[in-house]
Amino acid sequence: MKKQNNKQDQPLTSILKCRDVLVKFGDFTALDRFSFGMADKEIHFLIGPNGAGKTTFLDVLCGLTKMSDGSITFQKNYSIDDKKEFEIARKGIGRKFQAPSIFPHLTVQENLEVAMKQEKGVFSMLRAKMTKKQKEKIDRQLEIIGLAGKRDILAGGLSHGQKQWLEIGMVMMQEPELLLLDEPIAGMTEEEEEKTGSLLRELKQDCSLIVVEHDMDFVREYAEKVTVMHEGTLLSEGTMEEIQQNDKVREVYLGSKGADAHA
Amino acid sequence: MGLSKWIGTKQGIFIVLLVLLAVLPLILNDFHTNLLGRYLAFAILVIGLDLVWGYTGILSLGHGIFFGLGAYIMAIYVTTESSGGALPDFMMWSGMTELPFLWELLSNPVAAILLGILLPMAIASLLGFFTFRNRIKGVYFTILTQALVLVTVTLIVSQQRYTGGSDGLSGLSTMFGFSLSSPQTQLFLYFLTLVVLAAVFYFCFKLVNSRFGKVLIAIRDGENRLRFSGYNTAYYKMVVFTLSAGIAGLAGMLYVLQIRIITPTMIDIIPSIEMALWVAIGGRGTLLGPIFGAILANVGTTFFSENYPELWTYFIGLVFIVVIVFLPGGLMSIGNKLKRKRRGSDHEEAEQQAGSAADKHS
Repeated sequence: MKKQNNKQDQPLTSILKCRDVLVKFGDFTALDRFSFGMADKEIHFLIGPNGAGKTTFLDVLCGLTKMSDGSITFQKNYSIDDKKEFEIARKGIGRKFQAPSIFPHLTVQENLEVAMKQEKGVFSMLRAKMTKKQKEKIDRQLEIIGLAGKRDILAGGLSHGQKQWLEIGMVMMQEPELLLLDEPIAGMTEEEEEKTGSLLRELKQDCSLIVVEHDMDFVREYAEKVTVMHEGTLLSEGTMEEIQQNDKVREVYLGSKGADAHA
Repeated sequence: MGLSKWIGTKQGIFIVLLVLLAVLPLILNDFHTNLLGRYLAFAILVIGLDLVWGYTGILSLGHGIFFGLGAYIMAIYVTTESSGGALPDFMMWSGMTELPFLWELLSNPVAAILLGILLPMAIASLLGFFTFRNRIKGVYFTILTQALVLVTVTLIVSQQRYTGGSDGLSGLSTMFGFSLSSPQTQLFLYFLTLVVLAAVFYFCFKLVNSRFGKVLIAIRDGENRLRFSGYNTAYYKMVVFTLSAGIAGLAGMLYVLQIRIITPTMIDIIPSIEMALWVAIGGRGTLLGPIFGAILANVGTTFFSENYPELWTYFIGLVFIVVIVFLPGGLMSIGNKLKRKRRGSDHEEAEQQAGSAADKHS
């Protein structure tokens, strides 16, 4: 929080460096020597046709899928290559899945309580008491995701959009340095989309974001930087305007929809 | 919270149940008190099983073995005390000349009581270590627990000179100098079992209401999500599985002292499955439900097998089908259903109480 004021003046520090990431599922190459880098507190969108490897890339970053070759360095020198999911999560990479993934038999508040950044070993959990500070953090988060009035109901009873926000809230409670979001607005109404968009802006205050999204209007509205993927490789990278001017991109991705991309 | 409301909470119902169980020996004859005492031992076991299955979502059909290990270890100690240092009959018949090392060790009561709990825990943590870490779960894990039962029972049957084989151990006559066949000793054991039941319930109740308990439910609801929240879920599963094996061992020790015989068929596949049925009948993930499930199912077994032995198996099958189809939440969900109905009719009263809705979370 206190760093925010002078943030603008400092040169952007790198938070993630991926080199030649190779992921194969049998004969199929999902990521073909994909290299990627991003700066701290950046909001970076991944776009590309189906099967381009966007979700696979997020899976690799959070430890769900192991790469066959290549290296990924998080922050200064934390290599995630051989780390387990929970270790990567503790280090500060949060993942929001495409389908809302919450704990339906815990209340909304308990969902946040479990996700919250804290010592997550068995014995710490046995002794854990809700401190005043933690309570305040949860209250604030409930306000941010707009579920303060639903704190005591079981999360399974929320609507689709509310579940999505709850999961975003849970990932925020982890206080990640890097947040991976997979199609956060899929299945949302226009009003919910807008709310999610402003939530992303709020998130950007505290962490870097990689967002996979298909909705071009949404990308145009919120992206700082866009990476276009195609068949497991990086096709192009830049601002949304630069991407739209790129001939290669128009050919493989925007080509068929060129008309609405310019609309 | 007023008394009438408190009685309706889990703690309240449990206290009422405890008082009832403490008074029952005044009404029941010695034989029935002894039977009830054995069911209370089962009730202890199902609390642990509910932690694993009801809360964490791991179905174990192998708890008969953890229960059985506790029972066998206690039986070995009592056998050595009862025979006063002489070799038990079955050992002499198989040509043994002195007590094997394990029996020698278990003739020490402290070692026996500790091992009766620790050995099941050690086996459970080994099984848990190799399975949970390798992400073996669901039905595959359940099959492994059944395999554990088969292996252990086969081992016990085949090692007749150490274990009594398929005849089991039946020379349990004295413990700490008290005759196990005397009604006074059995009454004492009944109350001891009741006290242990209360302690185990209290402990597990605290556990499931702690943040640890919420993590267990989260494992059941979405283990993947939880991993990406920074939890080493394999370790949590191992801990809770081990804990519940220890509770099963403790229950087995109390059980064998009251029935005074242990054979491989008592801890085999079918009893192991029945234990899970009691949890399901009572209501998974409620702690209290399985206690009712274990006691009522066994009282039912006794009543029907005494009066209509040929109908009993059909009846228990029918009960299970009825529960699965009409009451997936078990007996405990009856209470909730009634509560909901009552809330519907007494709408005004519900409104008045809405202010204290926050109590729910305390």
